[in-house]
Amino acid sequence: MTRPPIPAAVGGTALIVLMAVLPLLNVRVPGILPGATYQPGALSLLALCMVFAALALSYNLMLGTAGLLSFGHALAFGAGAYGLGIVLERTGLSLWSALLVTLVGCFVVAQVTGAISLRVTGIPFAMVTLAFAQAASVLVRRNPWGSTGGDEGLSLATAQVPEWMVGVANTRNLYWVTLAMLVLVYAVVVWIDRSRVGHVAAATRENELRVRVLGIRPYAAKLVVFTVAGVLASLTGAVYLLLQSGTVPRVVSADLTITILVMVVLGGVGSRWGVIVGAVVYTVLNQRLSLLAHSDTVESLPAVLRVPLSEPMFILGTVFILVVMFFPGGIAGAARTTTRTRTRREGRDESPLAESAA
Amino acid sequence: MTSTPGEPVLAVEHLRADIDGQQVVEDVSLTVPSSGVTAILGRNGVGKTSTLRAILGLIHRTGDIRLAGERIDRLPTHKIVQRGVGYVPEDREVFAKLTVAENLRLAVRTAQPRHDLVDALFPDLVGRRDQVAGTLSGGQQQMVSLARALVNDNRILLVDEPTKGLAPRVVLEVTDALEEAAKTVPILLVEQNLDVVRRLAGPAIVIEGGRVVHTGDATALLDDADLTTRLLGVHGDISSEVAR
Amino acid sequence: MSTVVLLAVTGLGLGALYFLVASGLSLIYGLMHVLNFAHGSFLTLGAFLGWMVAQRIDATSWLGFAVSMLVGAAVGALVAALTELVLIRPLYERHIEQVLVTVGLSLATVALFEGIWGSDARFIRGPEWLDRTTSIAGAAIPNDRFVVIAVAGVVLVAIVMFLRHTRYGMIIRAGVENRAMVTALGIDVRRSFTLVFTIGGAAAGLGGVLASHYFGYVSPSLGGSLLIFAFIVTVIGGLGSLTGAAVASVLVALLQQFANYYLSGTGDFVVVLALAAVLLVRPTGLMGARA
Repeated sequence: MTRPPIPAAVGGTALIVLMAVLPLLNVRVPGILPGATYQPGALSLLALCMVFAALALSYNLMLGTAGLLSFGHALAFGAGAYGLGIVLERTGLSLWSALLVTLVGCFVVAQVTGAISLRVTGIPFAMVTLAFAQAASVLVRRNPWGSTGGDEGLSLATAQVPEWMVGVANTRNLYWVTLAMLVLVYAVVVWIDRSRVGHVAAATRENELRVRVLGIRPYAAKLVVFTVAGVLASLTGAVYLLLQSGTVPRVVSADLTITILVMVVLGGVGSRWGVIVGAVVYTVLNQRLSLLAHSDTVESLPAVLRVPLSEPMFILGTVFILVVMFFPGGIAGAARTTTRTRTRREGRDESPLAESAA
Repeated sequence: MTSTPGEPVLAVEHLRADIDGQQVVEDVSLTVPSSGVTAILGRNGVGKTSTLRAILGLIHRTGDIRLAGERIDRLPTHKIVQRGVGYVPEDREVFAKLTVAENLRLAVRTAQPRHDLVDALFPDLVGRRDQVAGTLSGGQQQMVSLARALVNDNRILLVDEPTKGLAPRVVLEVTDALEEAAKTVPILLVEQNLDVVRRLAGPAIVIEGGRVVHTGDATALLDDADLTTRLLGVHGDISSEVAR
Repeated sequence: MSTVVLLAVTGLGLGALYFLVASGLSLIYGLMHVLNFAHGSFLTLGAFLGWMVAQRIDATSWLGFAVSMLVGAAVGALVAALTELVLIRPLYERHIEQVLVTVGLSLATVALFEGIWGSDARFIRGPEWLDRTTSIAGAAIPNDRFVVIAVAGVVLVAIVMFLRHTRYGMIIRAGVENRAMVTALGIDVRRSFTLVFTIGGAAAGLGGVLASHYFGYVSPSLGGSLLIFAFIVTVIGGLGSLTGAAVASVLVALLQQFANYYLSGTGDFVVVLALAAVLLVRPTGLMGARA
């Protein structure tokens, strides 16, 4: 927050440029990227990281800015992925028109679910959003009118998608599309955070009563934030569909919401760059841990160690618990403390969630 | 439980307290003598209630708080209360879904609860033991709240606006009960009704903006019309039947 | 007619399972304002360990069945108490962090169960009588339904008696209303936190054993699937209200069963619609006093 804006902007631009030219370079990061950065394998992983970074940013808008603990963010993401998939398959629209139709639909979904769930706050809000997402998850698995493909999932109808986006050979192009999407999501999130609505939502998180006393209705601001976060997540979901050439029911499940939550908390709630780092670390770690699970080292361990270590979610869940209990600021908080060890800080600054809990 | 005469039962120095990061008590120092009623006065929202809640540890606070010489500012609320503090909160806070008897039973901390005293002070409650407290009148709820504090042998009572919103007859009854109680236990009283203050209080402390702005004798303060108007924004004239 | 009876009794049985999960969730939320995502894991662990012990004794004997219920309840209670002491208590009053910790625990434990027992469902057996049916008004009703309903009824009565007639029960009731005032009466309210977790965990563990007989299998995801409906039940019933949880459990399960049968498998949506309707009309739930 207190970083001077100009160097940050310069750093950000430099990072975007670097990410943009990466597919043209031959960079190898052993242990993290599978192969060189001009190859499809590494680019897919990087693009997936960026999808989750954008998704984490949209979630952080709700939790970090407005203090809304939603367990239904997967609904928005899944609506984008399945929505675009279904519109493409059923209407024969071109990709861009289909995307527009999908996002309008997702806007309506976010408005309706937000309008109802925001009638309650705090923990009840979390439960209600969870229930909505669960309904969507069941709907997707039931495969109504053969539209979602049930447990099998839905594959991308490639006929209407521009040729330069289809196939492994064009991973590079999809990578650039994803990067553009991430930059767009970031820009919108910054814009909302700095807007009046963002300020009202943030003030409501700190002290709802004080906002009410000023004659401002926090409900409207929260609904705007909820809707924007939802539409951004849907956009992310649509790009995910393109990237993966399809989608599976897991993207609408509570598991996905929890995954995003883990990323955001790991990175540091309320810190935009923190949640991006969190998303990248999580995505890479998840993939690496799966490889570790089947490695010879782990296979040769006694059962007491082998069983837990061969379950990536066990390790990630445990890391998550430890972060919540001992590093409440996540990666961003830890970075802040190490860079400013001499500045004495009050305990509550370390815990951005404490105030939104009431 | 009585302290050595002369030594204050409660001594508070440089108390600061906040609620959700908002400072509600800036700097309060006060002492409560080992007998009689000490009043905390001041306009609405200056931090009187917060001062009591901070002493009890119900809100986040710093400062030096001693009960009969022992530091209590690091203790959790229940341990402070167990050391002999009775609390009668603003708005009574009886457990509405529990019966009168259950409200009292929860409060009892000693082997010999003073049920006789409570029954004598609040005869109204005797026949209502099995009534759910939420269905009592405001005055009766206040009596339950006072009874919860009086049923134990305490070193001090912290009483917050016990006459707020009550009918004049009930105000009189509550005031009588407090006067009777003050014979056996020192009381720190937050009160807006200045007639009640005039009748009960010895020393008075005036709080403004979270700080103590005046300490002195209550009657002397209320007799000084200028001072009363300046500090409390009201006249201290005797106006009702409460002050005899 | 016989279909209606079958649906009603099956619905009551499912409602009984929901209640065994929701009762703990509601008490925990009411007293501590903690949303416990790990509650499903208490259930799953109770089911697995109950089944393992039953197998050791003789899964088809009544003794095995009875012991498995006891083991399920004991395991649920123990793990829940540990969860409160080790994970929840250090984060005192930080409600969102407390929720997050239970989310992490649920992730880690479900993964651990998958590592130990595999992710596929294991089909289980009980005393032969449970698999038979009893005819009521022409409907052939599986006997395990009656057991589930009876046990949930006993648990409901036991919890109500405990809350009404013991000092700790009184503290819990008072704490649900106004926790700060309980501490201001000199009572260490944190002890009752561990207690509600223990009670809730026992009910969930017991529910796990019964759920495995109701559905005929155990799997690492058994708890999670029941948990979501239990959440809906607690919101509809009014957070913190045990009676609300009991009433809403039955209503939600019946609604689900009848909608599944008469409205072509739409039970889950109808339930979520009901939740939305309750929130629009009465955001605090059927029996909730305050949000």
